[in-house]
Amino acid sequence: MSFWTLFTKELLRFVKVSVQTVAAPVLTSLLYLVIFGQVLEGRLQVFDGVRYSSFLVPGLVMMSVLQNAFANSSSSLIQSKITGNIVFILLAPISYAEFFWAYVAAAVARGLAVGAGVLACSAGFVELRLEAPLWALAFAVLGGALLGALGLLAGIVSEKIDQIAAFQNFVILPLTMLSGVFYSIRSLPGFWRELSHANPFFYMIDGFRYGFFAASDIAPGLSLAIVAGAFAAVAWVCLSLLKSGYKLRW
Amino acid sequence: MSLAVEPGEFFGLLGPNGAGKTTLINVIAGLARPDAGSASVMGADVATDYRRARRMLGVVPQELVFDPFFTVRETLRIQSGYFGVRGNDAWIDEVMRHLDLTAKADANMRSLSGGMKRRVLVAQALVHKPPVIVLDEPTAGVDVELRQGLWEFVRRLNRDGHTIVLTTHYLEEAEMNCSRIAVLKAGRVVALDSTRNLLAAFSGSRIAARVVARDGSQHLLQIEGYAQLERELARLRSRGVEIADLEIERPDLEDVFLRLTSE
Repeated sequence: MSFWTLFTKELLRFVKVSVQTVAAPVLTSLLYLVIFGQVLEGRLQVFDGVRYSSFLVPGLVMMSVLQNAFANSSSSLIQSKITGNIVFILLAPISYAEFFWAYVAAAVARGLAVGAGVLACSAGFVELRLEAPLWALAFAVLGGALLGALGLLAGIVSEKIDQIAAFQNFVILPLTMLSGVFYSIRSLPGFWRELSHANPFFYMIDGFRYGFFAASDIAPGLSLAIVAGAFAAVAWVCLSLLKSGYKLRW
Repeated sequence: MSLAVEPGEFFGLLGPNGAGKTTLINVIAGLARPDAGSASVMGADVATDYRRARRMLGVVPQELVFDPFFTVRETLRIQSGYFGVRGNDAWIDEVMRHLDLTAKADANMRSLSGGMKRRVLVAQALVHKPPVIVLDEPTAGVDVELRQGLWEFVRRLNRDGHTIVLTTHYLEEAEMNCSRIAVLKAGRVVALDSTRNLLAAFSGSRIAARVVARDGSQHLLQIEGYAQLERELARLRSRGVEIADLEIERPDLEDVFLRLTSE
């Protein structure tokens, strides 16, 4: 029950300010769609038989899922640490595993809420098809979990909001922007295409897009395994830090 | 430091700033890890059996902290859920009534005054009916009316069998409520005894006697210790001094505290 309470509390936290936490990022993504869709339609080579704006939508949906999952867990934890109300969780008989999963699950929920909002709004003016929805869902959930865990990690190690912002601006944002949200890596020169393979965000975007077009740069099974491996690694670091009480208990 | 609080006690933890009172509480509550040694709550080790230890502990933190996203009732429901307590509204209502929070049940935590936020902190510590309640400066910044109500409620909890551990800078509160007191200084226990014994052993008795002599002059005489009282009164009478009034000033914990912490 401790897990459910913490999970519900984290859900309520972003639902209560949903204009800021859901509506605003949906609007941002739609602006990307309108601007990039209009400017680059017909100018960029993507998958055969797929219009650029249709190609762009899954990328924007997944980008929203990832960025908002990170924002949810990182901002919640750092705010709780700074204001001191983290003490209510630390005083309770909540295990470090429950702590981890509650924050990650709430991060996934916010990521999916924003992603669904972007998808629903985009469907109004872009032709979309969903060839393999379970693949799309698997990548959205696992990608959201990976970014939720990364957000939790950033929240644990940070002591100030500036540090979270630095993590977001210098790590999360570049990796997202260079992951193929706006282009297919097939259109990149050889070196940059190879370099993109070192970006774990690329596999999440590419695999999620497979769910829409049944076409991808990398086999979806391999991408999912890479994302799962990355999640397992980040989860292990988070759980170890939570168990040790690093920067939470002194 | 070696310290044991007996079940059902109302125990006071006193000491100057930096003596280690809050650190000790943080170790017991699992918020801090000791460099060495161990602590347990009702037999449950706070590190190895932390879930059981924390279920038996309700802590009112010293800092005035709150979650600005929630109302008072939501805050108390969430806190109940953390401790695995479902359907707790009847007890939440009772706690709010005792702490005069009922009218603010649906108010957002941000809108409450400092005193009201302090009441919510106390309520949060009590939602799971813990057998051991730790109050770390519970009345700091709280008005007189709430103090009276709070102490009445805490004494009732103590009568019902809850163990109370209190730290406070208001020594009269400790003197009024605690049956046993530990005085800490620089991380060490410098005194540990019943409140009565501490008062008797460290403060002595100060008796102030206002004396009216035959010539009409008045004198204020202070005597250390009750044993001297009868002897001094006899001596005064033999000198023809008529005692018009006798005012006895009882020893208080402040004297004990000052003696112990200034040595």
